[in-house]
Amino acid sequence: MLPRRGAPEAPQRGAKAVHEHTALLRELHRTMLLIRRFEEAAAKAYSQGRIGGFLHLYIGQEASAVGALSALGPEDYIVGTYRDHGLALARGMSARACMAELYGKATGCSRGMGGSMHFFDASRKMMGGYGIVGGHVPLAAGMAFASKYRKEKGVTLCFLGEGAVSIGDFHEALSLAALWHLPLVVVVENNEYAMGTPLERTLSVADVSLKALAYGMARDRFRADDVLTVREHFQTAVQRAREESLPTLLEVQTYRYRGHSMSDPGKYRTAEEVEARKRNDCVHRAELVLQEWGVTEEELQAVGRSVEAEVEDAVRFAEESPEPSEELIEALTYA
Amino acid sequence: MRELRIREALREALAEELERDERVFLIGEEVGHYQGAYKVTEGLLARFGAARVIDAPIAEAGFAGLAIGAAMVGLRPVVEFMTWNFSAVAFDQILNNAAKVRQMSGGQFTCPVVFRGPNGAAKQVGAQHSQCFEAFYTHIPGLKVVCPATAADAKGLLKSAIRDDNPVLILEDERLYGVKGPVPDGEHLVPLGVSRVAREGERATVVTWGKGVAPALQACERLAAEGTQCAVVDLRSLRPLDHGPAAESVQRTGRALVVHEAWPYGGVGAEVVDRLQRECFGALQAPVLRVTGRDASMPYNKTLEDLVVPSADTVLRALRALLAY
Ligand SMILES: Cc1ncc(C[n+]2csc(CCOP(=O)(O)OP(=O)(O)O)c2C)c(N)n1
Repeated sequence: MLPRRGAPEAPQRGAKAVHEHTALLRELHRTMLLIRRFEEAAAKAYSQGRIGGFLHLYIGQEASAVGALSALGPEDYIVGTYRDHGLALARGMSARACMAELYGKATGCSRGMGGSMHFFDASRKMMGGYGIVGGHVPLAAGMAFASKYRKEKGVTLCFLGEGAVSIGDFHEALSLAALWHLPLVVVVENNEYAMGTPLERTLSVADVSLKALAYGMARDRFRADDVLTVREHFQTAVQRAREESLPTLLEVQTYRYRGHSMSDPGKYRTAEEVEARKRNDCVHRAELVLQEWGVTEEELQAVGRSVEAEVEDAVRFAEESPEPSEELIEALTYA
Repeated sequence: MRELRIREALREALAEELERDERVFLIGEEVGHYQGAYKVTEGLLARFGAARVIDAPIAEAGFAGLAIGAAMVGLRPVVEFMTWNFSAVAFDQILNNAAKVRQMSGGQFTCPVVFRGPNGAAKQVGAQHSQCFEAFYTHIPGLKVVCPATAADAKGLLKSAIRDDNPVLILEDERLYGVKGPVPDGEHLVPLGVSRVAREGERATVVTWGKGVAPALQACERLAAEGTQCAVVDLRSLRPLDHGPAAESVQRTGRALVVHEAWPYGGVGAEVVDRLQRECFGALQAPVLRVTGRDASMPYNKTLEDLVVPSADTVLRALRALLAY
């Protein structure tokens, strides 16, 4: 059995509320499982040479994106790093469009031009994954600025790793967001390593959320083992942005199970450490809570099968899709 | 002679200079414990210690600037950019401080710093990770820029760069790190600003550097099989630019082709073309042609990426056009 640390109590307010709570967790669990199976399929395709370039997997961190994006509405913007598959799927982008992008196909979410690191979907306000560490944080401030400028209620969520906190762009973006009261939530996913470098060798403080203090920004810090807890923390920050137009810096404490990218053998940490972290696995935890709330083993297995079928379909779709045409090379340069 | 991979030749240069001069230190992301993102610095932390092989946070502007400051007061830093793409974050430091401090101080300070790392396309790493930086940096007076294509040049140029009193940028190539070549035993220095004839030939002259050298040589091999001998000049240094050997060759061949992976617009190739047309005007029997990367951001898709970067095939096609002119 997993330790129950941090798992929420089922609400006490009557059958309807319990039912809604369970339905929500079922949905979030399915999305987390979809991300995990998608990433596993991507890793397999990569090792078969069907996917090229860099491939940064999100396995282990699913509760972060899924909890976070469940607190958003369709009017909100999302900006991420190269580790963007989880964000895309959590935002409702199809496994087909995402897998096809990894395969570099014309049917991919960025028409095969971006690849793993650059997932975009304008219709869902998925504003992209970016490859230059920290370079996207000012962009996110810009989207938040635009929402405020147009007197819309949209909020922008910007994801980055703890390694990116050392980059100047991060600080300039925070400085502006705090000064101009932008509806921005900056999310540092602290997965303990920036490539092979542990946190204590990249930052002078262990608590990353402290970086908010000098900017006079609100901050929060929590573990992302339990997806409903993640959601609650995000709801508070998103509400602050939406209602008061104030930014927040969130530190989400998480862990990546795989290497930094597919080319990283991960020699800088022990197998025991990784195994210990897996004991708090967010997908497994959600399953235990669901079972406690009356969802049966059979029902969970059915979810597993439907997710696997969805991923298999996505792989097939990606394999069968056409390549982008040569004309795109120059055609996309200017509007 | 020994055969070394380019990454080993670079490592040997670093180790020898660390050994020789205690003012030399290495700084960059993952250069120490991780042994280098591309394993160029493997083993150097264990050998020289954490005071001289320094793992930096992801703060390119910070550690590039720090290195420039340290160089101004007497140290000799070697900065590794994980790739040159990330040097864009530190561009202001290189442009406004490294390149200018000697001139602005009326010559009171020099800036003996080396910046090195892989440049250009790797394999399907997309628009932000596939860029060539030679045009940006060779544009700047005060910087020296070199681009080795062989193991011997990688070692010799890096050692010369570390001993030079100016900021020197070494544009390496991820796809060349594993390529083997002979490297002389003992002290081996290659002077900055001297180009190299990589192949003799009388019918046309290909001028290139870095990753352009191999496809240029391959294309010339294929033409040689048909009895047409073309020359290849590897510039090695892009600033200062030694166009003398290329011009001498063109005086004989009357035809020149410049090959580079970087974008065409305002590229180093344009500088080479300008010099050749002025120096060899009377000898030229055809306009100087260029084969370059296509004028677009790099697509992720493999088929399209292959269409964007120069290859032996595109060089061969251009050479045939040049010869038929
Ligand atoms: C400016 C810049 N420097 C270096 C890199 C190379 N790089 C890519 S990801 C990465 C580590 C980032 O770690 P972190 O921010 O903690 O995010 P994580 O990958 O753990 O999600 C590095 C050094 C880069 N992409 N951009």
